[in-house]
Amino acid sequence: MRQYILRRLLIAGPSLLGISLVLFTVLALAPGDPFSDLATNPNVPPEVALALRAKFGLDDPVYLRYLHWLAAMAHGDWGFSFVSRVNVDTLILQRLPTTLYVIGSSQLLALLIAIPIGVYAATRPYSLFDQIANTFAFIGFSLPTFFTGILFILIFSIKLDWLPFVYSTDISGTGLARLGEEIRQAIMPVMVLALFQAASLTRFVRSAMLDVIRLDYVTTARAKGLGQRRVIITHVMRNAMIPVVTLIALQIPAVFGGAIVTEQIFRIPGIGSLLISSILSNDTPVVMAVTFVFACLVVFFNLVADVLYGWLDPRISLR
Amino acid sequence: MAGLTLASPSAERRSYSPRREMWRRYRRHKLAVVSAVLLLALVAAVVFGPFFWRVSINDIDFNATLQGPSLAHPFGTDDLGQDLLARMIYGGRISLAVGLAAMMVSVIVGTLVGALAGMSRGALGHGLMWLTDLFLSLPQLPLLLLLIYLFRDGLKAAFGPEGGIFILVVLVIGGLRWMPVARLVRAQFLSLREKEFVEAARALGASPLRQVVRHILPNAVGPVIIAGTIDVAAAIIAESTLSFLGLGFPPDTPTWGRLLFDAKDYLDISAHWALFPGAAIFIAVVAINFIGDGLRDALDARRVI
Amino acid sequence: MAPLLEIKSLKTHFATDDGIVQAVDGVDITIDKGETLCVVGESGCGKTVTAMSILKLIAMPPGRIVEGEILFQGRDLVQLTSSELDDVRAKEIGFIFQEPMTSLNPVLTIGEQIAESLRRHEGLSRKDALLRTVEMLKLVQIPNAEARVHDYPHQFSGGMRQRVVIAMALACKPKLVIADEPTTALDVTIQAQILDLLQDMKERFGMAVMLITHAMGVVAETAQRVAVMYAGKIVEEAGVDRLFAHPGHPYTQGLIRSIPRIDLDSKHRGRLETIGGSVPILINPAPGCRFAPRCRYAMSICTEAEPALREIAPGHRMACHLGEAP
Repeated sequence: MRQYILRRLLIAGPSLLGISLVLFTVLALAPGDPFSDLATNPNVPPEVALALRAKFGLDDPVYLRYLHWLAAMAHGDWGFSFVSRVNVDTLILQRLPTTLYVIGSSQLLALLIAIPIGVYAATRPYSLFDQIANTFAFIGFSLPTFFTGILFILIFSIKLDWLPFVYSTDISGTGLARLGEEIRQAIMPVMVLALFQAASLTRFVRSAMLDVIRLDYVTTARAKGLGQRRVIITHVMRNAMIPVVTLIALQIPAVFGGAIVTEQIFRIPGIGSLLISSILSNDTPVVMAVTFVFACLVVFFNLVADVLYGWLDPRISLR
Repeated sequence: MAGLTLASPSAERRSYSPRREMWRRYRRHKLAVVSAVLLLALVAAVVFGPFFWRVSINDIDFNATLQGPSLAHPFGTDDLGQDLLARMIYGGRISLAVGLAAMMVSVIVGTLVGALAGMSRGALGHGLMWLTDLFLSLPQLPLLLLLIYLFRDGLKAAFGPEGGIFILVVLVIGGLRWMPVARLVRAQFLSLREKEFVEAARALGASPLRQVVRHILPNAVGPVIIAGTIDVAAAIIAESTLSFLGLGFPPDTPTWGRLLFDAKDYLDISAHWALFPGAAIFIAVVAINFIGDGLRDALDARRVI
Repeated sequence: MAPLLEIKSLKTHFATDDGIVQAVDGVDITIDKGETLCVVGESGCGKTVTAMSILKLIAMPPGRIVEGEILFQGRDLVQLTSSELDDVRAKEIGFIFQEPMTSLNPVLTIGEQIAESLRRHEGLSRKDALLRTVEMLKLVQIPNAEARVHDYPHQFSGGMRQRVVIAMALACKPKLVIADEPTTALDVTIQAQILDLLQDMKERFGMAVMLITHAMGVVAETAQRVAVMYAGKIVEEAGVDRLFAHPGHPYTQGLIRSIPRIDLDSKHRGRLETIGGSVPILINPAPGCRFAPRCRYAMSICTEAEPALREIAPGHRMACHLGEAP
């Protein structure tokens, strides 16, 4: 198992390098000078602009510029945000926990919705329940998150007035009241993301279950008189989760996309809304860094999925 | 469990031509049939709408701002009193066109990469597959935003505000969605490369290009059509998302996503402004997805991620 | 004495896109305590479906037991609910599957898989179940059982896996074991070992065995009684010696003639015979005897009336118009 994790880590390295290469290529290919508006930006002192040009070595050959940039990123020297007037890494670290908290809880909720529904639907394929679940799943992943978000605000904030639609960082009060308020304001964004995820997850779980349910070893388990419940849980679900983990890993980039939109709609101060606001204010170092952070997160969660996969499937770790 | 596999009585089965058989299987998917009708109606409305609804999209009427649906304005008006039906017809053309064009980009790129990776056994094949996997793990939306951010001014200068953004959006969305098609095509290549009829063609001296175009690609058409259908839906969502974030088409181009972006600050007083374009996006996307599902049944293709 | 298992006019059908497949169409089988019955026939003749119907292991839908009774110790299994049947499965009737490569769950250790039926049916603790599991593994001659009990199926060879499957089926000491082609997927040398092991276990536990096979050689070696199945029906049934000496049905005769004989010298051997044609499709089968199209003795009545199973000698029954009183 340890060997397997080590090998996965060795694979993650090159993909991170590959992603950084893609990002840098994009930056290098961009027409014009990404720092040109620094000269005209009143927030930037001319000497800072010059220092930046020198640091990024804008007149060096391309590969040298890439290496410089990579070395700077690796050292945690991510540049300076001209708009917020703080270091980029400070800015991102400030906002990252909120994003992870929203994504994490919505992913958890999505699993809690999708696994029972998908499993139940697979045990009764083509039944009324299965057809309804399937149709809802289709509708669910055809509804873009920005539209669900708007619908939720319309229904729960404006019509019913149950939930606040702007996420606030400084909630007054202490103790339980404050905690309750924090949960209340997270309900809508988390639900929006969770429902979108749950829709495709339900279909993954259902089809993975159906693939396993007709295998010989499931018949063996039934021949042991274990009872439907135990057969489904220990023999079918346990095996069906293996492909589902892979599919979840493939969905991670889409989850981040949804998170950016959700943060924007509900004005959650995470790195997604930071990305949008820095694009709107031409804050290049922040845009590059946030994109890179998203890429790192994708690679990291893929690594987690790989480790999970190895843990679920004994054939992998021993190979 | 050999005893359970049932002999298929092919001799007694009524035989249909492949095309009719496909149609028979597609028709069994009720929602797919309804969706096809719905999508056709939507396309017809967007294409022929301006001939019947001759209201300009830019007529500003400060006496009729933020009005709900009425006879004069069936979908209501926005904060400048502009007619939303006319704007949605115009925006729908762009949204659907972006979807189709981006799909074509992804299918072309995907087919090329997949075919190259399938044909070459050596380093090139491995490299291309590594690239495919790398692209699959790229965070799409952030990258999309980054690309738009870096390139929009240059293209705007070259092709005008609307044309430049159109080209950029199509290329970027298509360029980030070709991976499933590449995988499908490569898988088809690997399974077909050793089949008898391709071997026979090779033995008869068919050139590699001819083998590919005449014998291998036609076999990959089914799965690629399904993937392409889903791509149209995904591209429509991607474009709407960009516009919704205020980073897609310029403000005076009313794509469906842009309409939602403008409407979201007026939700409390005029919900219709957001609901109509949102519903249009949803109907287009859900219809295309159901059609894809029906095609999957009809072409009986196994799903590959 | 009442038989241990008595199947009466069992019909199991499958709904497919092309119509109803009458996979098992009126099968009668009885097995006494401690007896070995071989069910023999070509692939697709319905022997596996018959066996799976006993414990309702067929997929339902599309499968359905349309008619018939399956009396086990006087109780009709067809009428039992799924949870009532769970008390019979593995505890009273064990099942050995054909494919040892796919019939074990790849993500659980073999110990977990054997122990779970012991815990379910005998209420053993985790520790006691493990002890019994190791004991069973030793009985089926898996070397180094104490260590291997914690291994996963992919760490075993095909023959070893089949031993695990046998240990699993016998763990709760059932009164009847149904073995569905237990040796077909194995190497020839391993096949004999597994058959010997089964014989050995049967004697040790005194259980009855229903062995399903398509190999007449296996029948000759293991069976006490034989039921020959063709196209969803039993066509002949007799004691093993009687059947090999006096096969009545043309299909049985064909099966016996297709066994290679090495006990005769070369000039008596001649060419091996085969039965022409193949098993018919069981959707809306034609009237009359289902073997008629392949039968060298077919008469006009054979395509008109279905022959009934009748006794032609004590303990020897056959469904064929040949030799019928006019």
